Amino acid sequence: MSRDAKFRVWRGDASGGGLQDYTVEVNEGEVVLDIIHRLQATQAGDLAVRWNCKAGKCGSCSAEINGRPRLLCMTRMSTFTDDEVITVTPMRAFPVIRDLVTDVSFNYQKARQIPSFAPPEGVGLGEYRMAQVDVERSQEFRKCIECFLCQNVCHVTRDHEENKQAFSGPRFFIRAAELDMHPLDARTDRREFAQEHQGIGLCNITKCCTEVCPEHIKITDNGIIPMKERVVDRRYDPLVWLGNKLFRRSGKE
Amino acid sequence: MTDHEEHRYDVVIIGAGGAGLRAAIAAREAGMRTAIICKSLFGKAHTVMAEGGIAASMGNVNSKDSWQVHFRDTMRGGKFLNHPRMAELHAKEAPDRVWELETYGALFDRTPDGRISQRNFGGHEYPRLAHVGDRTGLELIRTLQQKIVSLRQDEDTAEGVSEYGIGDEDAGLRVFAEVTITELLTDDSGAIAGAFGYRRETGKFVTFHAPAVILATGGIGKSFKVTSNSWEYTGDGHALALRAGSTLVNMEFVQFHPTGMVWPPSVKGILVTESVRGDGGVLRNSEGTRFMFNYVPDVFRAKYAETEEEADGWYKDSEKNRRPPDLLPRDEVARAINSEVKAGRGTPHGGVFLDVSTRLPAEEIKRRLPSMHHQFSELADVDITKEAMEVGPTCHYVMGGVEVDPDTAAAARVPGLFAAGEVAGGMHGSNRLGGNSLSDLLVFGRRAGLGASDYVQGLGDSRPAASPGSIESAAERALAPFQVEDGENPYTLHRELQQVMNDLVGIIRKEEEIQQALDAIDALKPRVAAVSVEGHRQFNPGWHLALDLVNMLQVSECVARAALIRQESRGGHTRDDYPEMSARWRRKLLICAADTSNDTTAVTVTEQPITPIRTDLLELFERSELEKYLEDDELPPAPAADGPSEGGGRS
Repeated sequence: MSRDAKFRVWRGDASGGGLQDYTVEVNEGEVVLDIIHRLQATQAGDLAVRWNCKAGKCGSCSAEINGRPRLLCMTRMSTFTDDEVITVTPMRAFPVIRDLVTDVSFNYQKARQIPSFAPPEGVGLGEYRMAQVDVERSQEFRKCIECFLCQNVCHVTRDHEENKQAFSGPRFFIRAAELDMHPLDARTDRREFAQEHQGIGLCNITKCCTEVCPEHIKITDNGIIPMKERVVDRRYDPLVWLGNKLFRRSGKE
Repeated sequence: MTDHEEHRYDVVIIGAGGAGLRAAIAAREAGMRTAIICKSLFGKAHTVMAEGGIAASMGNVNSKDSWQVHFRDTMRGGKFLNHPRMAELHAKEAPDRVWELETYGALFDRTPDGRISQRNFGGHEYPRLAHVGDRTGLELIRTLQQKIVSLRQDEDTAEGVSEYGIGDEDAGLRVFAEVTITELLTDDSGAIAGAFGYRRETGKFVTFHAPAVILATGGIGKSFKVTSNSWEYTGDGHALALRAGSTLVNMEFVQFHPTGMVWPPSVKGILVTESVRGDGGVLRNSEGTRFMFNYVPDVFRAKYAETEEEADGWYKDSEKNRRPPDLLPRDEVARAINSEVKAGRGTPHGGVFLDVSTRLPAEEIKRRLPSMHHQFSELADVDITKEAMEVGPTCHYVMGGVEVDPDTAAAARVPGLFAAGEVAGGMHGSNRLGGNSLSDLLVFGRRAGLGASDYVQGLGDSRPAASPGSIESAAERALAPFQVEDGENPYTLHRELQQVMNDLVGIIRKEEEIQQALDAIDALKPRVAAVSVEGHRQFNPGWHLALDLVNMLQVSECVARAALIRQESRGGHTRDDYPEMSARWRRKLLICAADTSNDTTAVTVTEQPITPIRTDLLELFERSELEKYLEDDELPPAPAADGPSEGGGRS
């Protein structure tokens, strides 16, 4: 049941490049990553692509297929018609290194700026007690496989390189939300952090990130919106404001 | 050499999965300037794919659990070939290593009283696996990754950088993403002096000068056609250790996980977690029979249910009922599936059925096995809440690896070299229990970090320097594929090797086939040495594969040579021509070394006596059980009431 498909793959590097046409065999049940691998093995040995698990668990093979941010390993060829030309391009929001591989170091920089989990004082090994219902809220965000498709699609930075300095992006808003909702995290300033240092205020909730998330994390509804709301609660509650002024809240309690 | 980057560290860790990251934490906390080298991006290591959980006898679900029970299960799973000291340390230290993850921020699933929940798994007597649904590996990698970030932030703070700023990238702990190490560097006496490799992104070379190197590179699965392993699993650490003069142990033992996907072809081999069975799923053949009842070996007979009623009763009451045979150790289940398919009772696509749809409510399946539900619906159009999965064995794990000292993880024969995780051998004997891998990574990752730190501190100022010329010759070897014109395509040779290993040194082996495999490997050697690659050095997968192939070939030779010598069937080594387990063979370990006299890729195998099991550890078992595995002179003195022993190995 094999057929030939028409592929257009972006080839090039930081200095430039363009789409190259390929005709390549496709078999039943295959995904786009299989086809890219076949291209490597038969027509383009040096075609650069990242991948690891080929099972949607590692988030390495992010790219854009016909303009849509997708994981190459989770996009089945059966979702296209036989005569459709399939265009594969690198993620647009990140600088190209070569072919489908982009420089995603921006994300690791942002990760580095988020204050880490602060363990509760005086709770020893094996003494952590948390209810399942309480950990589930953070667990949703910890499903994140760091494919950075949400970072790629977010229009705050997709065509606005200048916003990258001030804006961490959806992946790191849910990291902050995850810590905020962690039942035992000792810090209480996660929301202020999201507002003051991550630029969550720039997000205007178009939910593009949620749409492309391969893990179906409700990034906007469950992560960003609660963080925005709570930030607003805190920041404009005059009593809290007064308390902060008087007692100089520190990050850690 | 132009375009060549150099760094100096105290400890260099090759591999950024669970073992590498845990080693880095230990080394950094011991004050070492530490480099972590990832073959992929940070956080993408193969650990991410672990699904079921981390085995640790915390006793949260059944308080009868203890390190002694865990030790026993591990030895039984490995058919008593395990290094007993490693199995002991692992069982004793696993609970602390799991609890420690909570202090780094991990969020495991909970028991009703708020402790870490634990699930059943093959070969584990009590519910023992700490888990997060079926994505435990992701939780482990992310937790350790975030702990690494946290340690770097501590350094920023110490430097006086503001809380949300970023300090010196090259302070005490640095991650080098997308760097592949191609050679270890040693001084003239053979002690470790560093490591040499290239950056994928640019193709430029990088040398790390360091007196201690920890190998944490994982396994070798990419040498086999059907595998659950990712592209990184090319046996790099195994081959690096061999070429540096160290030795590998137990390489004939390769674990075929019983349940990989079999359809469609493009996903063949992708893992289906053992949790499906731990949580109630059962195996059936095409006739609808729960065939595992017919495959309970004598050594396990007393512990497993004989009827479906008893097996089903166990999920509710594990005190009154014995466990289902679907939860036998992986080697047993994989062989059983293989036999059913060979006997013509397989599914249309050559597997067997794994059914959870008739065993649990749909909502429960989605809650407990979310990624399996996702994986099957997205990749195979199968709704596992409504229909059975088709599954078959897939190459999953290598029990064999670098021969190490259990307490320090120091590699044999090479001062300054350490190994932890899948790349290290001994811990799992002839077969690893599910869940014992993640705990292995943590226990021995930490020990390797500490072992390396102690070693470096002991050196004082006298650090080994790489032998003159060794960096230049490593660079020359790495560039060789670009010098060849009209050589063969590395992808084609890789496929050939995978087919050879799959067909001839796979789940069931026999002498003539292994010999054929060795001939094929010999024939591949000059071809691999003469591959050519197109393009240039920047992020060139063809070039990367050409270099990885050298490692795969060398490691495949170790597997095949050891498999040819071991004339018995045990764990992940099944010989059609020697189907029995032999107590005499249990006492022999097969040690692979590189013959460096003429050709650095040639492998020699020698026999070495196994480390005896200490008396206090032997006493954890019933004598009648030990008799099934050990020879008479290894058994503890018989109590007067016991009849004469018949000796071991008759199972």
